[in-house]
Amino acid sequence: MKKIVVAGFGPAAHRLVEALQQRGFDGRVTVIGEEPRPAYDRVALTSYLSGVSAEDLAYPVPSTAVTRLNSRVTGIDREARVVTVEGGEPEPYDVLVLATGSAPFVPPVPGAEHAFVYRTIDDLDAIRMAAKEATDGVVVGGGLLGLEAADALRALGLRTHIVEMSPWLMPRQVDEGGGSVLKSHIEQLGLSVHAGAGVQEIVTDDRGRVAGLRKPDGTLIDAGVVVFSAGIRPRDELARASGLEVGERGGVVVDSGMRTSDPDIYAIGECALAGGMVYGLVGPCFTMAEVAADRIMGGDGTFGGADLSTKLKLLGVEVAQFGAMTGALDVTYMDPVAGVYKKLFISDDARTLLGGICVGDAAPYTSLRSFVGKPLPAPPSDLLFTGGGANLDLPDDAQVCSCNNVSAGTVRTAIADQGCADVPGLKACTRAGTTCGSCVPMLKQLLEKSGVEVSKNLCEHFAHSRAELFDIARVRGITTFSELIAQHGQGRGCDICKPAVASILASLHNGHVLDGERAALQDTNDAFLANIQKNGTYSVVPRIPGGEITPDKLIVIGEVARDFGLYTKITGGQRIDLFGARVEQLPEIWRRLVDAGFESGHAYGKALRTVKSCVGSTWCRYGVQDSVGLAIALELRYRGLRSPHKLKSAVSGCARECAEARSKDFGIIATEQGWNLYVGGNGGFKPRHADLLAGDLTTDELIRTIDRFLMFYIRTADRLQRTSTWLESLDGGLDYLRSVIVDDALGICADLDAHMERHVATYVDEWRATLDDPDKLSRFVSFVNAPGVPDPSIVFAAERGQIKPVVA
Amino acid sequence: MTWVNVCGYQNLPPERGVCALVGDRQVALFRTHDGAVHALGNLDPFSGAYVLSRGIVGTRKGEPTVASPLHKQVFSLVTGHCLDEPEITVPVYHVRLDGDLVQVAVSV
Ligand SMILES: Cc1cc2nc3c(=O)[nH]c(=O)nc-3n(C[C@H](O)[C@H](O)[C@H](O)COP(=O)(O)OP(=O)(O)OC[C@H]3O[C@@H](n4cnc5c(N)ncnc54)[C@H](O)[C@@H]3O)c2cc1C
Ligand code: SF4
Ligand code: FES
Repeated sequence: MKKIVVAGFGPAAHRLVEALQQRGFDGRVTVIGEEPRPAYDRVALTSYLSGVSAEDLAYPVPSTAVTRLNSRVTGIDREARVVTVEGGEPEPYDVLVLATGSAPFVPPVPGAEHAFVYRTIDDLDAIRMAAKEATDGVVVGGGLLGLEAADALRALGLRTHIVEMSPWLMPRQVDEGGGSVLKSHIEQLGLSVHAGAGVQEIVTDDRGRVAGLRKPDGTLIDAGVVVFSAGIRPRDELARASGLEVGERGGVVVDSGMRTSDPDIYAIGECALAGGMVYGLVGPCFTMAEVAADRIMGGDGTFGGADLSTKLKLLGVEVAQFGAMTGALDVTYMDPVAGVYKKLFISDDARTLLGGICVGDAAPYTSLRSFVGKPLPAPPSDLLFTGGGANLDLPDDAQVCSCNNVSAGTVRTAIADQGCADVPGLKACTRAGTTCGSCVPMLKQLLEKSGVEVSKNLCEHFAHSRAELFDIARVRGITTFSELIAQHGQGRGCDICKPAVASILASLHNGHVLDGERAALQDTNDAFLANIQKNGTYSVVPRIPGGEITPDKLIVIGEVARDFGLYTKITGGQRIDLFGARVEQLPEIWRRLVDAGFESGHAYGKALRTVKSCVGSTWCRYGVQDSVGLAIALELRYRGLRSPHKLKSAVSGCARECAEARSKDFGIIATEQGWNLYVGGNGGFKPRHADLLAGDLTTDELIRTIDRFLMFYIRTADRLQRTSTWLESLDGGLDYLRSVIVDDALGICADLDAHMERHVATYVDEWRATLDDPDKLSRFVSFVNAPGVPDPSIVFAAERGQIKPVVA
Repeated sequence: MTWVNVCGYQNLPPERGVCALVGDRQVALFRTHDGAVHALGNLDPFSGAYVLSRGIVGTRKGEPTVASPLHKQVFSLVTGHCLDEPEITVPVYHVRLDGDLVQVAVSV
């Protein structure tokens, strides 16, 4: 049995283990990593400071590998084919894979040992500790990672300085013009930029603590925290010491199959020097891991270099670069007022696109990146002015997703042959769009252009999406289905558009779902305010806010269930479901429940269902906040809110998360300081963990943010689209959502707030209102011509002491 | 064939259905947008439950329809054919208005 040893446990090592498993490797794999935890998503490292936990960042631990954590490989004996491990057993190998990554470059200046670097979770813990005592911070390095570190220091509350050797920021991605636009953006945020400046020394105070950074001209920047982020160096020390070939400027030399100068040893990821290049982006590192796995399994995969295009949003500024950074000709668009700079590089015959730079508006990146090396799809000035022309036809071999090396052809095949009809489908099928997300707009475009029907039309009656209809109804003040279909649709509707419009009208105007014409729009569940079951009977779910219930009320539910002979079951949302009621029994059942103080639980509606809670700080010895109190307040606030699909929520009283809040549409987890809000979670058919939207909120801030999240979702989601898929299909994802509902980028927050206030103020219990209205009650009969007669087709048998339906 | 009085026209809510018990037969009655009345068997052949009268009434390419409330198969109110699975049909009953009275024809 073949034995593979992997030195280093970062993203590249993790992908290698996965790739081996997928290719059916059945030998033994041992991964030895120096960090105290298994591989995690380093690309998302900064999110750790905003409350994303180490567990959230962790990749799923591969079940097929043995992992040795906290263990550093110290040497390779190539003769004996064994590696030595600090403080542990040596590890023999048949195949060794070096995946040791890289380390931040720290220049040899006096005092440098007191500074921090920005690479691991442990580094961030140390920086966070130090920031507590400091007011100012300096980042050395104004490149991609340097600016990310600077943003992090700013978020930690420090006045932040950036020191960059080159005359402008991000010299590897943008030219001087782009650099100056970028600088003005960053200075507007209150950061100081010291470009064209080096480091003389790191100054410490008499107790050995960092006090500042001295520049070569003698000036001192006072700062309690200094972070070096001025480039990376491949960790090739093991290779060097064991006589493997390494590059002049570092990096383990490998061939196109990722093999080093010793055929039993491979190197992948940031430690490898492939085709004379060290790659500092995760996409190529993943590709290298795939190639190495393929070779180990006897395949002939090759690594042929990678696209180093980058697009990122740092400190709120979009910066992107693709292809070459020079060319015989170039065309520039610059708007210093708006802070936009865009430039395209073109071949001397003005026909071929060579590359481009964008600052402040990355639209050309998205649309043009795939055209590098190909004929220009339109005159360059058009491309720059219009933001890049969304109607370009991509050649099949054009790369769409550079993180995962997916071509337009592959995406088209997935659409045509594998039936992918939306972005989440394409993500699952091709991996495109799953890493940085910048290619998602391209995926959408390919979907739209493909032959398959991705029509946004709700159904044959409306040539509009749900979101469009919502806007039409809102802006034109339309209050009935008849008006809407007469003016904006055709025919008389169907089981798709009628409930969708009913939901839109309910979200917009509240009012009773069975009033007037609206009664005819409702699905049977809403029409009878109960959930239909397989034999045509209904189930009844009274609201139990937060899952808290008095013994007296519990007894009432028990008595009702007993008296009407209903099958009784506790639900997953901490309520009680009573099954087997015939339509004519529903009003009698509810009369008893309403008299005892219950109200509709809306289990039948596309509406807020439950806000589940753990017992929280009132009883639990670990709790830090009153989760039950909050859950009740939220459930009462949003009860009756009609939405594109059902909405579920939960509140946990501490990080132990007993309420499983992260599987909910909006979940809240208590922190020492307040509440963390997670959105877009889902259990069910396609589980998804909710994403952290905002951390350490006060209760007021929390409620305002949820108000806006829900209203924005209600206004813009498709019919039957849960928040999880809605969030995944939002252009710009979570960042965009945050910009809209936290930073009010669209200027709609006041409107969203007012809309929710209106909902809260006009809520009435649907069941009480129904019981008070003889007209509505008259519908609750099995037979129009024999109101007292029960439906004889409904028959029950007994099971475990309760009823169960018998269907012919 | 006999015409049986079932209910008053005003007992039929616009663009919805109700169920009538005619002998031991369950007949689903629907009043469409144009005021016309249609009658189908109430049994949903897909689920075996008597529920068609509780479906959503609408149109498909102009043809009046009802969708089963359980699994949403759509039936023509005119022919009783399931428009999603044409080999499945439900019975169609003759209905007429006698003044304000809705009458259904059943064989006895
Ligand atoms: C803050 C930050 C943001 C980033 N953002 C992006 C981005 O937006 N897009 C992008 O494409 N890339 C980004 N990157 C780069 C990306 O994280 C790297 O390309 C990727 O992590 C490389 O993976 P790797 O496995 O080769 O190396 P590493 O992630 O460095 O993993 C190597 C591991 O091996 C361990 N190790 C080293 N030597 C030994 C030894 N002798 N014994 C045992 N263990 C050892 C190390 O401790 C480390 O855990 C970012 C990096 C950082 C730090
Ligand atoms: S989440 Fe925390 S507070 Fe709530 S029950 Fe669990 S341990 Fe207790
Ligand atoms: S380009 Fe990053 S996920 Fe596709």
